Amino acid sequence: MTSVTEDSAPPQIVDTRSGTTVVDRPVTGPDLRERRGVRQSTLDEKFNVLGAAAAAIAIATLLFGWITPLNGAIGWVIVAFISFIGAYVLLVSLRSDRQDVADRVATVLLISAGVVLFGALAFIAVYTVVRGSEALPHPNFFTETMELAGPLDPLTMGGILHAIVGSLIQISIALVITIPLGITTAVFLNEVGGPFARFVRTIADAMTALPSIVAGLFVYAAIIQLITHQRSGFAAAMAITVMMLPIVIRASDVVLRLVPGNLREASYALGTTRWRTVWHVVLPTARSGLVTAVILGTARGIGETSPVLLTSGVTAVLNLNPFSGPMISLPLQVFDFVKSPEPNMIARGFGTAATLLILVLVLFLIARAIGGRGPGQLSPRQQRAVSAESLRDARRMMMRESARRARTEEEAP
Amino acid sequence: MTEVTAPPPVTTQPPKKRSLVARRSAQDTVFQSVAYTAGATTVGIMLAVGLFLSLRAGDALKVAGISFLFEQEWSPQTQTFGIAAVLFGTVTIAIIAMCVGVPLALGTALLLSEIVRGRLRSFLVSLVDLMAAVPSIVFGLWGVFFLQSAVIPVSKWISTYFGWIPIFAVTDASGNALTEASAFTSSAFIAGIVVGLMVVPTQTSVMREAFSQAPVGEREGAFALGATRWGMIRTVVLPFGRGGIIGGTMLGLGRALGETIAVYLIISPIFTINWEVLRTGTNSVSALIALRYGEASEFALSALMAAGLVLFLITLVINFTASSIVARSRSGAESG
Repeated sequence: MTSVTEDSAPPQIVDTRSGTTVVDRPVTGPDLRERRGVRQSTLDEKFNVLGAAAAAIAIATLLFGWITPLNGAIGWVIVAFISFIGAYVLLVSLRSDRQDVADRVATVLLISAGVVLFGALAFIAVYTVVRGSEALPHPNFFTETMELAGPLDPLTMGGILHAIVGSLIQISIALVITIPLGITTAVFLNEVGGPFARFVRTIADAMTALPSIVAGLFVYAAIIQLITHQRSGFAAAMAITVMMLPIVIRASDVVLRLVPGNLREASYALGTTRWRTVWHVVLPTARSGLVTAVILGTARGIGETSPVLLTSGVTAVLNLNPFSGPMISLPLQVFDFVKSPEPNMIARGFGTAATLLILVLVLFLIARAIGGRGPGQLSPRQQRAVSAESLRDARRMMMRESARRARTEEEAP
Repeated sequence: MTEVTAPPPVTTQPPKKRSLVARRSAQDTVFQSVAYTAGATTVGIMLAVGLFLSLRAGDALKVAGISFLFEQEWSPQTQTFGIAAVLFGTVTIAIIAMCVGVPLALGTALLLSEIVRGRLRSFLVSLVDLMAAVPSIVFGLWGVFFLQSAVIPVSKWISTYFGWIPIFAVTDASGNALTEASAFTSSAFIAGIVVGLMVVPTQTSVMREAFSQAPVGEREGAFALGATRWGMIRTVVLPFGRGGIIGGTMLGLGRALGETIAVYLIISPIFTINWEVLRTGTNSVSALIALRYGEASEFALSALMAAGLVLFLITLVINFTASSIVARSRSGAESG
């Protein structure tokens, strides 16, 4: 990475018999020269980057208004970036060879890909929250419904309570079906096995390919048109279930696969049945990962718009019964708000989107807090608890042992 | 503790051979049948979706026949309908999304596996996972309210200077170049950018996982031979992670093809094949379904089902190809 030039080469002794070169090391003690940071860049490199950046900004600003017809912030950034790469190649090639130039340019390109991606996604999140900040500070936004508020009403009237409740009811129904079915299927894939399990795995993989709108269309045609004849929260929950089930199965499958085989074998060696092994060894070991799988599935399910669009129906009224009448959810409410040209409705739309985004973020943070580590890896607190428990066990065994020895000594004489 | 027991008295009878197969306990029988049922239910749901779609789509397909694939119009009332235009739009948007997404995903995945380290790396890795969970409606809002107006100058510039390449030209019916902003607002290009950003996190995490499994020995070997970091990436990491790159790309492609809401919000639907990707007006299968399901009659719904079925079959083929490529690659099945 950084070329090293030795200014004062240490004296060398050539062993004439074997032809190897032995570097004479000072025997007086450790070398106390300043330690060089392996990952630090030199002053040269820093100035290359700074110089190229300055040149790029100058070129972009100069070209911008006068020479190129490109306008707008995005155009400026593109011109500046291209001239930055050009200037940087020029500066690096003054001092280094082709290999080094390629390395530097590739590094810059990789870093800029990351900056663009994280920047764009952070910008999307910030933009949503900022545009939503008009609606968010009003407490009525979370406690009222849109029943009595029209498009022209100010933001101090109306809210999205009905959408929040609808989302919670729908995701709860979906979870009630998905968690047992998904995790049991994952257990079946891993612990029972056989040709049928392979078939199930293939089918579950195929199910992840199902476009969300097609899932919605299926529920619309199969449940709403044939059975219930009206849109309802239950139908929406079914559509969400069809979308979430493969996600949960795949994620749990991966987690269960990570449970070490020797734990299972130890359990079998102690004479347990398969069921006991699954219940007492496999599932507890994978618990945090399974919780993560479920929460990530929930985060995906709660943000699904298109299946809900076809199945739940739009309403401005709070509806607590999932089996009759339309029941709106957060993403669909966003969609409904921004269809209106009124600025207040659009502000409400962004407020709802920001609420949804924050909800997903919270779910994700909970998932990270619970399942940030692999199966069997414990947090320091859990580790202390486990070692305290095993210490207790050891003490108990020792007590019993010494009691037994005392008894045998009493009996012996 | 260790107690030496006397050896058992030698019996004259030879020991009976014990069967290696244990009899299943009642608990296990119940457990296995429950697990079996769960698996069968999952398969049942999936088969129900597939069968229902195919059966209902059959009505429309019988009427339309092979012209379903080549007809551009969509009017089931007059029995002339086909998915040529919407499928073309879907594929255009997905290709643009890949052009935007794959370089970003590849670069970010390499950045995360090779350059960034320590705390920052694990933070960014979980940030990528978080981004994959951001609802598509949020991307759609951003695309409509911010990106549309911000991209128009860029589109205009591309069409002015690269208009000699047919797909970048923006012309009206008689072939004159258009310059007013309304000609650029709801193009496949803008929808493609938004969908591309949406699928990048998925692609990034698959690729990063493959790259991070590149064996340390080979990396160090490359360094020991004097390679620069980029040289090492080019000769060790990229060949090793090829399966992950292809698999991640195709996984993202599958999602891009099925994306509905963001596309629906951005595009203005038309039912002709539009080669000029920068010009307003495109369509996609999922947007068509979202647009037309409400007023659809029994037969029109069946036509929409047929369109959905085609989309599903395409994403299915892409997904299976992706997972078999990932599984056969050196970086292994774990990164799927």
